[in-house]
Amino acid sequence: AMEGGGSARIREGDCAVLKRDEVFKAVSVLRRRKIIFEKQWFYLDNAIGHVYGTTFEVTSGGNLQPKQEVEETTTETKEAGTDNRNIVDDGKSQKLTHDDIKALKDKGIKGQEIVQQLIENSTTFRDKTEFAQDKYIKKKKKKYEAVITIVKPSTRILSTMYYAREPGKISHMRYDTLAQMLTLGNIHAGNKMIVMETCAGLVLGAVMERMGGYGSIIQMYPGGGPVRAATSCFGFPKPFFDNLHEFPLSKVQSLLSGTFTTETLPADPEDNALVEEESNGLTEEKQTSLQETEEEPSPEAAMEINPTEEQDTMDINAEDVEFKENKEKENKENVREKQIKQWERRKKLIEAAALLREKNADGLIVASKFHPTPLLLSLLEFVAPSRPFVVYCQYKEPLLDCYTKLRERGGVINLKLSETWLRNYQVLPDRSHPKLTMSGGGGYLLSGITVILDKGKSDPSNSEALKMEEPSSKRCKLQDLPC
Amino acid sequence: MSFVEYGDTIKDGDTAIVFLGHESMFPVKVQHGTVTQTKYGVIRHSTDLIGKKYGSKVTCSKGGWVFILHPTPELWTMNLPHRTQILYSTDISIITMMLELKPGSIVCESGTGSGSLSHALIRTVAPTGHLYTVEFHQQRAEKAREEFREHGVEHLVTVTNQDVCKNGFGVSNIADAVFLDIPSPWEAIGHAKSALKAEGGRICSFSPCIEQVQRTCLAMEEYGFTEINTLEILLRVYNVRTISLQIPDLGKAAEDNSSTGFDRSNPSNQGSPCANLQQGTVQFKSGVPLREVVGHTGYLTFATKS
Repeated sequence: AMEGGGSARIREGDCAVLKRDEVFKAVSVLRRRKIIFEKQWFYLDNAIGHVYGTTFEVTSGGNLQPKQEVEETTTETKEAGTDNRNIVDDGKSQKLTHDDIKALKDKGIKGQEIVQQLIENSTTFRDKTEFAQDKYIKKKKKKYEAVITIVKPSTRILSTMYYAREPGKISHMRYDTLAQMLTLGNIHAGNKMIVMETCAGLVLGAVMERMGGYGSIIQMYPGGGPVRAATSCFGFPKPFFDNLHEFPLSKVQSLLSGTFTTETLPADPEDNALVEEESNGLTEEKQTSLQETEEEPSPEAAMEINPTEEQDTMDINAEDVEFKENKEKENKENVREKQIKQWERRKKLIEAAALLREKNADGLIVASKFHPTPLLLSLLEFVAPSRPFVVYCQYKEPLLDCYTKLRERGGVINLKLSETWLRNYQVLPDRSHPKLTMSGGGGYLLSGITVILDKGKSDPSNSEALKMEEPSSKRCKLQDLPC
Repeated sequence: MSFVEYGDTIKDGDTAIVFLGHESMFPVKVQHGTVTQTKYGVIRHSTDLIGKKYGSKVTCSKGGWVFILHPTPELWTMNLPHRTQILYSTDISIITMMLELKPGSIVCESGTGSGSLSHALIRTVAPTGHLYTVEFHQQRAEKAREEFREHGVEHLVTVTNQDVCKNGFGVSNIADAVFLDIPSPWEAIGHAKSALKAEGGRICSFSPCIEQVQRTCLAMEEYGFTEINTLEILLRVYNVRTISLQIPDLGKAAEDNSSTGFDRSNPSNQGSPCANLQQGTVQFKSGVPLREVVGHTGYLTFATKS
């Protein structure tokens, strides 16, 4: 079950990612299923059996054909200008009209040839500098050469994809921020992790990838059930889910105070799950996909995974569909099935509660749309001493509050509030520079390490602890004030 | 304890981190009968450390106290003995993610240097992966081997003492990822390619200078690597402070108490004990950037062999 990486072959039913230049889209590989990606439509049928990482050309009729390596033909004519002093923008440099180009495309002529024709029919091409020619060709290739690469999903690819396509669903967590979380949290095989996220299951998936099926994860969820749309894009093998547990946030207090019993659970958790899911996830999904229409002409959601499959990993929702369909002709068979499922749910919940009660988790990862302070103050109770924790927040201010409250609580050291900046570069001979645009913000992190909590709060050494950690002269002021 | 597996209690032979306070810590090798000096006094390993829980507060001889922490690659990076310039956790985190490392991955690295990145790589690929690390400096290679042994991870790493540019990684067609942190990475791209699996993998090169990056990118292109991408990641750390700003006296207070310019009905000011208008100051929490930060470590160039 443990795959080392590398690229296997594309199989039917796989979760795969389509890539064109820097644009990604997650799809499930299904036969006779029309995919729309970057203004092109095609079927994935022909891709099945090829190695991941293969680049395909889209032919007429929407079929995929592995791209042949071709010799660059355009670089033969090394004729170029030195500057643009004589280049005038009269809008007439291209001799081919829009109709001509459309006719070429309709004839099914390869993109590569269209680009060649555009170059030949450009009166200014030869006067352009070598660099300008290069740029022109690249631009036209991007437009007319219909190529896509099919790659294997990974945290790298999915976190980049989500940040570019649906940042709202992951609270604008940039991929380098997620990378920091995994490292600061010392996520590795064998850990017992607590994860509380409302990032579509992306953070959960990232943690699962790093744990490789070893150890256990307890996912804390708000509402009726955990959202794992992004988790399902990873295409994890089944055993990875054996030690994935979930526990409702709304039961945390009763678990901590010792009043938690499974008897207090709602009689039919499935009903609640449906309502919650609709208000939490699904409506939001509709909104984002509407915003996406500018970029993506298709009305579908950005993630190509079809809705029922998307929720396959969320047994609650799968049950809901079933529940609705069978509502009228509810026979005894169904009732029994429902009882079994409910019994299984309860069993899983008891397991998760037992794991939490041990209060020996190896780390805590929080990345949610909620205020982090109450989450941290409660969930840290379940973490063993000398273990890292990391909290993500899109905004800095709630983390300032969280920092102060954690200081008051004690039991944590090495608190650090941080942010990363990411700068991408264009590296080309004589044309290297930072890319024109960079991301304005990818969120903030508060990290630290748990230690054994001091029992006697009046202990004078406690204030010493505060002094010890507060970095500067401001610390006295902070202590004196009631805030 | 090991760097790839948490333990609860401190044992003889463990490497533990003594935490004295803000950013002030050091590693100790726990040994029966040994003592460690701190500014708060002496720690006696046999009585103060062995058998205690990680995360415990340990009182030193002078009455001061410290926390004893379980080692992690991140704590090790902050405390390891430098034999070279090292990579820090901010760069390490993006390297790990962009190389798509996970349990089971086979990684090649050069140079080993002080082993800062090596520990992080080993942690991530354990228990089924392996690190092949190449260091041309004999003493450094030997020291790294010794540390891996002490940290309980020697079964996950092979240290080779040779010149990666001349002799490669000593393995071929085996790696899922290659990492280079050497002065002339372009001379090792061919070796990197043959170390990677035939079906493909990822590569990363770290260089401080843009000229090195340019030569490396050209070499990567020459050897058929795709998705060549150069980036830089910078860490910003914020100190959490309570700031108080004085309200200027515009001579209004005497005339009209309610027109100080701050809306007293605003619940965020009213309820907060921090907004003390009587004293003529307003207080608030702020995340203040450090006065001086690391502005550049190196460029990271990633690419794919497919």
